[in-house]
Amino acid sequence: MLKARIIPCLDCHAGRVVKGVRFLNLRDAGDPAELAARYEAEGADEIVLLDISATIEDRKNHVQTVRAIRDILSIPLTVGGGIRSLADCEALLSAGADKVSINSAAYRNPQLIDAIATRFGTQCTVVAIDAKAKTASIWHVLLNGGRIATLTLVTKWAREAASRGAGEILLTSWDQDGTRAGYDLELLKAVRSTVSIPIIASGGAANARHLSNAYEAGASGLLAASIFHDNDASIYKIKHELKDFGVPIRL
Amino acid sequence: MTTATIVPTGTANLASVSTALRRAGACMRIAERASDITQASRLVLPGVGSFGAAMAALERNEWTLALRSTISDGIPTLAICLGMQILFETSEETPGVKGLAFLHGNFNKFPIDVQTPHVGWNSIEPIGKTHLLKAGDAYFTHSFRLDTLPPGTIGAITDYSSPFVSAVEYKNILACQFHPELSGAWGIDLLRRWIGNGADKC
Repeated sequence: MLKARIIPCLDCHAGRVVKGVRFLNLRDAGDPAELAARYEAEGADEIVLLDISATIEDRKNHVQTVRAIRDILSIPLTVGGGIRSLADCEALLSAGADKVSINSAAYRNPQLIDAIATRFGTQCTVVAIDAKAKTASIWHVLLNGGRIATLTLVTKWAREAASRGAGEILLTSWDQDGTRAGYDLELLKAVRSTVSIPIIASGGAANARHLSNAYEAGASGLLAASIFHDNDASIYKIKHELKDFGVPIRL
Repeated sequence: MTTATIVPTGTANLASVSTALRRAGACMRIAERASDITQASRLVLPGVGSFGAAMAALERNEWTLALRSTISDGIPTLAICLGMQILFETSEETPGVKGLAFLHGNFNKFPIDVQTPHVGWNSIEPIGKTHLLKAGDAYFTHSFRLDTLPPGTIGAITDYSSPFVSAVEYKNILACQFHPELSGAWGIDLLRRWIGNGADKC
């Protein structure tokens, strides 16, 4: 049976893992390769590394970070943040990423999805969508790390991304992110009923119950950052709790 | 000394597989010409991308013949994901293109009502007296699969809406639909068994 994937997310700024609420008030959370190794040892099923650096200079560090993580990691590594072209993807993949995650650039240039999927395969192509609730059942796409709002429906964009060759959707609720109140389950259900590719839930997780609820809402990947960085709970402990809730997981 | 020669099948990302094989104790080289394949003591066929593109890349480099003779000569061969698929006859992914046909079988897409691609960790159940494969969880990412083990082979099955073939052991071939290089400690152990006694002598 296919297991739910527990995915710690490393937000990186200038080569260091940082944490903050909605990319504000950043605090240092450690060395990316050390954290990735610790998470693998604790039972992480996959690692997501997001570059939230603002400058091109910092982006060059990012390829080094990917290489350092690959050297110690034996589980899949997805890398995102600031990817605009096939050349950006190529650099990250040859440094050791297994998948690339594209967000705003895909929205502005949807053919980038087709291009990545054709060149590197759909299994390599993750489309990240930042969602902002308009009503209880309508979500709009946000761009540039939440700074730009659009009137595009998240469900419509998810459908297009899937049809262009996305292999997974990384779906972040901007309303829930940083709140520790749980994932936006209605958002997950809405996108689940729209696309047949796997969905990674992101934004708001603080405990195993939140992860279990997202799995039941249709997410097969469960992403979280602060609960793991803050040592609130080890991945090992969360996975055992999930097992008790009846979620299939790898122990 | 065990040197594993990786055959680049087009657009495959070689970083993960190289790192994992090194961790498991093998030396590594990437084939650049057909003679690198015919002189190899161990072959690795990684692979992401599409069935047709991978076969085209091999044909373009005139590597098909070298692969056929080297694998037929009994050189231990590890085929991963798409690398496994091209050892078979055909895939629904690229109708009309023939694989290397070392093994009988055709790859088909998962049924329409199943979440595709099949991404994530799933259970490996060895079938028959396998030499290398053990039970455990492995990482998969694929949309096409083989539904029955070829006659006369042993291997492993995995359940995703229905059972499919997750690995085959046949003579000198170990073919895995999953990615041992991304399957954590379990995957590294499998690579170590495949490399066998030659480990740690690079």
